[in-house]
Amino acid sequence: MSSADLTSERDLPPEREASARGDIAPERDGPRDTGMDDASLHRWLARTWRTPPGIIGALSSVDHKVIARRYLITAFLFLCLGGLNAVAMRIQLSGPQRGLIGPDLYNQLFTMHGVTMMFLFAVPIVQATGIYLVPLMVGTRNIAFPRLNAFGYWVYVSGGLFAWVSFALSMAPDVGWFAYVPLSGPEFGPGKRADVWAQMITYTEVSSLAVAVATIVTVLKQRAPGMSLDKIPLYVWALLVTSFVVVFAMPAVMITSTFLILDRLVGTHIFNPAEGGDALLFQHLFWFFGHPEVYIIFLPATGMVSSIIPAFARRPAFGHLGLVLSLIAVGFLSFGLWVHHMFATGLPKLGASFFTASSMLIAIPNGVQIFCWLATLWDGRPVIRTPLLFVFGFFFTFVIGGLTGVMLASVPLDLQVHDTYFVVAHFHYVLIGGSVFPLLGAAYFWFPKITGRMMSERLGRWHFWLALVGFNAAFFPMHIVGLWGMPRRVYTYPAELGWENINLFISAGAVLFFLSFVLFAFNLVHGALRGTPAGDNPWDAGTLEWATSSPPPSYNFARIPVVTNVEPLWAERVALPVASGLRVDARELIISTVAEAHPDIREKSATPSIWPLLAAIAVGATFLYSIFTPWAIVWGAAPIAVTLVGWFWPKGDPEDEE
Amino acid sequence: MRPVVALLLFASLALAACQREERDTRPQSALGSGEQPTPVTTLEPGGQRPAPTDNKAASFEANAFHLSEGKRLFGWFNCSGCHANGGGGMGPALMDEKWIYGSSMESIHATIRDGRPNGMPSFRDKIPDDQIWELAAFVRSLSGNAPSSAAPSRNDDMMAHPSENRMPDAATLGKSP
Amino acid sequence: MKRLASIAFATAMALFLQGCAGWQSALDPKGPAASELAWLIWFFTGLCAVVWVLVMAALAVPLMMRSRQHAEPLTLDASSDNRKLRVVMTAVGLTAVILVGLTLLSFFANRTLAAIGSDAALTIRVTGHQWWWEVRYEDATPSRILTTANEIHIPAGEPVRLLLTSTDVIHSFWVPSLSGKLDLIPGRMNVLDIKADKPGVYRGQCAEFCGAQHANMGTFIIAEPRAKFDAWWNDQLQPAAAPTSDEAKAGGELFLKRPCVMCHKIGGTPAGGTVAPDLTHIASRQTLAAGTLTMSRGNLAAWIADPQGVKPGAHMPVVDLSGDELNAIVAYLEALK
Repeated sequence: MSSADLTSERDLPPEREASARGDIAPERDGPRDTGMDDASLHRWLARTWRTPPGIIGALSSVDHKVIARRYLITAFLFLCLGGLNAVAMRIQLSGPQRGLIGPDLYNQLFTMHGVTMMFLFAVPIVQATGIYLVPLMVGTRNIAFPRLNAFGYWVYVSGGLFAWVSFALSMAPDVGWFAYVPLSGPEFGPGKRADVWAQMITYTEVSSLAVAVATIVTVLKQRAPGMSLDKIPLYVWALLVTSFVVVFAMPAVMITSTFLILDRLVGTHIFNPAEGGDALLFQHLFWFFGHPEVYIIFLPATGMVSSIIPAFARRPAFGHLGLVLSLIAVGFLSFGLWVHHMFATGLPKLGASFFTASSMLIAIPNGVQIFCWLATLWDGRPVIRTPLLFVFGFFFTFVIGGLTGVMLASVPLDLQVHDTYFVVAHFHYVLIGGSVFPLLGAAYFWFPKITGRMMSERLGRWHFWLALVGFNAAFFPMHIVGLWGMPRRVYTYPAELGWENINLFISAGAVLFFLSFVLFAFNLVHGALRGTPAGDNPWDAGTLEWATSSPPPSYNFARIPVVTNVEPLWAERVALPVASGLRVDARELIISTVAEAHPDIREKSATPSIWPLLAAIAVGATFLYSIFTPWAIVWGAAPIAVTLVGWFWPKGDPEDEE
Repeated sequence: MRPVVALLLFASLALAACQREERDTRPQSALGSGEQPTPVTTLEPGGQRPAPTDNKAASFEANAFHLSEGKRLFGWFNCSGCHANGGGGMGPALMDEKWIYGSSMESIHATIRDGRPNGMPSFRDKIPDDQIWELAAFVRSLSGNAPSSAAPSRNDDMMAHPSENRMPDAATLGKSP
Repeated sequence: MKRLASIAFATAMALFLQGCAGWQSALDPKGPAASELAWLIWFFTGLCAVVWVLVMAALAVPLMMRSRQHAEPLTLDASSDNRKLRVVMTAVGLTAVILVGLTLLSFFANRTLAAIGSDAALTIRVTGHQWWWEVRYEDATPSRILTTANEIHIPAGEPVRLLLTSTDVIHSFWVPSLSGKLDLIPGRMNVLDIKADKPGVYRGQCAEFCGAQHANMGTFIIAEPRAKFDAWWNDQLQPAAAPTSDEAKAGGELFLKRPCVMCHKIGGTPAGGTVAPDLTHIASRQTLAAGTLTMSRGNLAAWIADPQGVKPGAHMPVVDLSGDELNAIVAYLEALK
């Protein structure tokens, strides 16, 4: 895949020995792009920034676009697998006392569905979109810490494979995606199923932490000259806030899952009430991550909405500052409401009421965002294309999810609907309505940038209506059946409760919704092969990613643009001003100041390397082995150390120049 | 060549994992506890091993689910009343390396089913045959005779001894370090 | 599209109303707590529906009105933006007011719920097991303490205090038509007060995922007039009825010889197992296996013959019994009224 995009550069002159080894020639100064003509600039940059040929070369790639494309495709495959899980479950539930799937398999199915969708689809795909777009949007040549980024992808892939191979072996976790102890604990979770859950979580969170760190540094230090904080695109702001939430939330779940595996494997008593531990501690730790997790998935989607609406409403987003502040407010508040997942555990009443208030509070910044988007749409004549349709679908469904969220925030009301299908409906409205609909819109919106071709508008409209109808048919009735008393995670239900018709209806809706994704997959493939060529900026949008060609070259921008407006392409209709002075024979980036984005220093960007893959394999093997014995950490440390030494082996570069 | 090796590796992993993770709660053979012959003469310490009644031992002794079920039943059926969590009291200790009637699955199964002199009652007809196999597998794990990847972990209870999956290997048990 | 939507809506409403009559429904309250909660649910739903319609209307307007196309996206009208700012600020202010109102509402509803059981005279300890409920009626006189399973008889019109705990994993006690749910957590004791206004049978179900048979962990609350309840309690305190027919007598002996005795208790006989439901008066219950089967001779036989077919993964093992043995045991249990 990664070698395919290099075909246009085959006619290049053979490169020098030094760059073939992936090292930077230790010259004090090389040729700069100042005053160089476009053709030779392109030749130089293409040779410097290309992904090396061959399989090893493809595996060593550190190009953020290559990594992001792999991420996107892998996450989409996991989405399909998770969707198949869901369809299997819905077939089992389509009638009372169906014997198609027994409880043992059903419990694995819904756990794998949740784990896959949360950890292998939703978080990776929003981060992958960020990996692709953030460097383009801030006008730089590669993401910060490109090797760490590649490492993150390999760790993610091995974590996903690990989970799904264990599912194929019928040893997938069967304790629900939040795996409460004691059910997942040593006494009631025999075998390796819960260990698979624990290590797979720790694992994929390593990958999202890596991506978050890279994103934060890219946004804070690698912005194009002139892109001061007030000119950062909203999507980039959303990814920045999300990455900070990841950095603060993910350690909580890594601690939770590590505690769990310590209890199971080493025999600690962290969650054992008889020896002074506490089963509820697990829930507090887990949800301290678990609630921000929802916003980790949702905030990037708001960034996508904030990108799509201005492009089609033909004006900058209304209330830019208000939108940024609400993103930050949501990021902060998301850490203050985890207890609303635990109202039924019998917490002190006053304490629980405090969390009602904080849960209600987060609706205010989210409300600000919704109103600002509506105001943007009001001012103008929206051009209705598929991406905007999906944004309308987002409004339609997410507002329902948000409002049922307000219902769940109320302690007494939550006691009736907690752990029922009402909650299942709520979080699917929030996650699919709030995140997947914008993601689908984003797919139609940025597909031309990634592939250089348009997706079919006609199929896109069919897809939209099928998805909207299928989604609401599948999930709206779940609110009702939940109020009728149907708990979640039941593999069957008695006939005399009168739930069969509505469940059959839900199952039909689920199949319809699944079909909409089949249509989408077809549209993706069709668009990539047969779509009409897109050109650089098919939507006439205003942010920097549209300034370069589609698909972008390996070096993103021939000359680094200088930003004068939050929508630079709208402000500079003739030509973007550019900065120069970067070397073209080495991978150099502009590092700018955090607030004002004054160009500060030139910094080297890492060259392709196979070591991130080897390090990921070493880490993956260690994690896998650690399911069986704690000594894995000791033995695994050696290969990890070796790969890290290889990764960071000094290159003998001169000091970075001012 | 490489794919073949990978495939073989995967297949062997799969088989190993399946055996450890299978959760069978229905007896596979119709042969129940009621129909089995009563051994009359083998009640001697260290005596001959009773002939295996069926080939169940293998499917129980390394299966994580059955081992954990055995652990649950060990508590439910009050084995601790005499064997005190494996430490021994009125009955012999189960977590040491000494086996009066042999350490095989079949011997332990026979001990539980038919009883032994000096107090071990017969649970023939009182415990379904599969559960006796589960108990036998668990008893073996008390002295480190089960693979640690399948042996049960600690209980949510006061800690009586290190959990079965933390037991030293049976080969080193009883030897001074 | 619109017609389709309206048809779907009508169907949904029809389904909705049909469901209100269910016996395990939060929308069909039969006690003060559930009534308060149902009112709260309807109020929140109504308010949320209004908000949703307003937002959708606000979304539809720009599509209908089609105000103007900006020639250049950056040429903006400052006065119109100012007007919009005022509208947005007003909407945010309204949101805040609504949210504060809802917070106060739920706070006071919570206080109302807490007051329901303040004068409860009857205390019942409910212990969750995988996958059944142990029910123990507390009394100051030790001989009046009663242990039964899965069905909870309560006097109608009186508040009852439930003490909830678990010996294995976390369960959640939920009888929607009487009250909200509360978890049963090992190592903790939760208190739930319930009250049924009228006599009746109210179904409930475990609401926290608890393993293989989470789906078949039902419970029934049977509210009766006080006199009937007292009589029931006295009956339940009696030891098991001695078998009368020959078949039942044989069954009673078999029960003691076979694995049944290892786990189950039958008061008045040597069977004293405590890890499985107490069977002293099993035939007086309405269902078997925690609400999985209705009580009948056939279901009893089916459950004993193949528990792993009825509830795969449950702790009741398959016991090898001949047809006669099975019939005898069923005859014995069936007489345990």
